[in-house]
Amino acid sequence: MAATTSPRDEAQMIASIIAGDSRLFHELIRPYERKVYVMALSFLRNEADAEDAAQESFLKAFRNLASFRGEAKFGTWLVSITLNEARSRIRRRDTIKMESLDEPPDDYGHTSPALLRDWKEIPSEALERKEISLLLRQAVTALPPIYREVFLLRDVEGLSVNEAAEAIGISIASVKVRLHRARMMLQKNLAPQLKGVAPKRRWFPWP
Amino acid sequence: MAIECKHVWAHISGYLDGNLAPDVLEEVQKHLEHCEICSAILDSTRNILVLTADDRVFELPLGFSERLHARLEEEIEGMEAPPPAVD
Repeated sequence: MAATTSPRDEAQMIASIIAGDSRLFHELIRPYERKVYVMALSFLRNEADAEDAAQESFLKAFRNLASFRGEAKFGTWLVSITLNEARSRIRRRDTIKMESLDEPPDDYGHTSPALLRDWKEIPSEALERKEISLLLRQAVTALPPIYREVFLLRDVEGLSVNEAAEAIGISIASVKVRLHRARMMLQKNLAPQLKGVAPKRRWFPWP
Repeated sequence: MAIECKHVWAHISGYLDGNLAPDVLEEVQKHLEHCEICSAILDSTRNILVLTADDRVFELPLGFSERLHARLEEEIEGMEAPPPAVD
């Protein structure tokens, strides 16, 4: 979704960079800047750390470009590097209170959705209001890490289920399960809040 | 009603991604036609996905791109001018 160049163009660019045209790397990464930053931000939760981790991820990609074999898309490979960078920073930073990367024991699968009735058309004008953007960001950031990463890759950055599975290093079935839980958790968390900020619409609480 | 609401909720994500098995899809669709609650839940979930995918929700900090490319340029320049071999 984010890539504006075709895979073949990227393969050519990568070959040229490895052959010595290093500055072409600037162009290669332009479509991925936001994706890498958002992934880093979702883990590190503050802008300065996320920016630093994003820069470091791009530098690592540049230094290791010769080891990119082209089996995956460049974007997917880049996301894997970013996930590793962000995870290792979390481990370093939060040595005492580390965020668990394991599956939480709670039964998120049984989360009941909340009800936003009569919200059929997309209120994209709502995003003009900063408070709604903030609510959405906070809700995504509040997801447990294993759900957050899947949600961001698939629903925010537009990777396919297969690409997300490859980037994270889990099965396609796990991506689907985690994605479902992430979406339901967000729905349940956000529906009542959106009701509060957009009171003109008719809202029905979940029974 | 052939299937319960709870059963439909379990398939909302698959429904949105269009990867339900044909028989399940048919059951879910039938249910959605008659159940206003489930169709409202589906719509709101879809809307939340559309909203969170909007570029305005996760914005790059001001100057992010300039700082990134400056740092890369330093790296590239460093490569081009390697220290003389100590041999």
